[in-house]
Amino acid sequence: MTQTLEQPVIRGVRFFLAHTPGLVRYGSKPSRDIARDATIATAISTHLRSYEAAMAYPPNRAFLGHCAPDTLTAMAQPWFAHAAPASRWGAHGEIMPEEEFYGLLKICDAFELVRLEAGFVEEVRAALALHPLLTTADLARLGPGMPEADIVAQCRKGDTLPLALRDGRLIGSMQSAHEEDASLGADVLLENLACKASAVMALRTLLAQEQLDPLAIPYVLNSGEEAVGDRYQRGGGNLAKAIAEMTGCAAATGVDIKGFCCGPVHALALAGGLVSARVFSQVAVVGGCALSKLGMKYRGHLQHDQPVLEDVLAAVAILVGADDGVSPRLRLDALGRHTVAAGSSQKAIFEQIVSQPLTQLGLRFGDVDKYATELHNPEVTEPAGSGNVPQLNYRVIAGLAALHKEITPAQVPAFVATHGMPGFSPTQGHIASAIPFLGHAVDGLRNGTFQRVMFLAKGSLFLGRMTQMADGMSLLLERNAAGTHEETL
Amino acid sequence: MQLQGKKIIALGERDGVQGSALAACARSAGADVVLETTYCFV
Repeated sequence: MTQTLEQPVIRGVRFFLAHTPGLVRYGSKPSRDIARDATIATAISTHLRSYEAAMAYPPNRAFLGHCAPDTLTAMAQPWFAHAAPASRWGAHGEIMPEEEFYGLLKICDAFELVRLEAGFVEEVRAALALHPLLTTADLARLGPGMPEADIVAQCRKGDTLPLALRDGRLIGSMQSAHEEDASLGADVLLENLACKASAVMALRTLLAQEQLDPLAIPYVLNSGEEAVGDRYQRGGGNLAKAIAEMTGCAAATGVDIKGFCCGPVHALALAGGLVSARVFSQVAVVGGCALSKLGMKYRGHLQHDQPVLEDVLAAVAILVGADDGVSPRLRLDALGRHTVAAGSSQKAIFEQIVSQPLTQLGLRFGDVDKYATELHNPEVTEPAGSGNVPQLNYRVIAGLAALHKEITPAQVPAFVATHGMPGFSPTQGHIASAIPFLGHAVDGLRNGTFQRVMFLAKGSLFLGRMTQMADGMSLLLERNAAGTHEETL
Repeated sequence: MQLQGKKIIALGERDGVQGSALAACARSAGADVVLETTYCFV
């Protein structure tokens, strides 16, 4: 049988941020520390930013496409001190205030687990009625709300989490779904529901702004790190279809792809394969937020008396489709894979996920305009002693270019400056790994600013205690020279 | 530094030097690696 292969392309990408200072206390690190010392909650609350400050924060603006990441290079730190113009919507998505996000959690809750106070519900209903991506049916799911006294009574139970705003106002609660099942505890369900809700908004934004028909999406791959399931299959569940349900993708099904921070790049490669083989005409790749990482570095931020910057939840939605002659091409013939046999040194990882794909295509390191690697915002990590993660990775890439005699050691800084970028992503796990640059890359590859962009992500497999290994995966996007590209099997 | 006969804890970092690499260096210098692990700090 003769069958042609499709050339997969990235048709579009959108992001979503929710500013959730009231949820910082439920990040893994703050919640564990507050359980030991309740005064930490007060210390954190006095260092939480306003919505306006989070909206104006330059790295968040770069994340949402208001400006290129490279603009941060010329900006003196601390970036949080810059009074940039604040606007909710950027070219690649929006940043939603916490009041509306609590309403969104309620809208996405299929099991009456989120209880909101009646007066707050009406405030949120009025705010969300103005949102271009929410419908009358969505608003109806808010319900009438509950009396405050009932919320307070519920929160006295040990298996219920109070939900509050940045200023401490109690506005609702999150219930557990089973009194003996830790996998269905209120804390786990809050993480999973936030992941679902944020991914829903990213995909709704993509579908609406790219004028895509949700019913034409046959398959959704969720690449987030949240573990959905009960005690018998902890983490074995499926958020992809739940997200499809809430985005009008009624003709779709889907599945979750797990790979720690590497998940989205694995999912993009798989989506490209499914499109290339004509299994599906297009595949939506989504990744919701990582609520557990809120406030992860808060100690360093408090020590430096700076705002707790890990106060936003982030999500992404990407559409992979067949070649339209315009959208950037996904080079499935040069996927970078960190294999079992490669070893765990940085050199071994980067040889496999950077050098080998370039060699396969006969390219040099300098032929890639930008490398998108771990893009964690250094203003978040450095005060906590975790270093400048993007810079570490770019130095390894440049070092490899020097080892391959493509540049001299003296040219390493210039290579990093030209082919790298400052970190600008919230430390939201899988979201921060390479993917934040995808919107900028798609724009640049379409308008001719870039010819090629490489995306490389690393996954910390050892965190699950099943192997000492890490993982790595990369893929190359290139500018589309008009016309279709087909290969014959 | 003389590592011969010393007991070593090798704490690695995903985006830096991994624990297994530190342990290999220490062993080659005659150290007894009692714990090797790698963490991700982001």
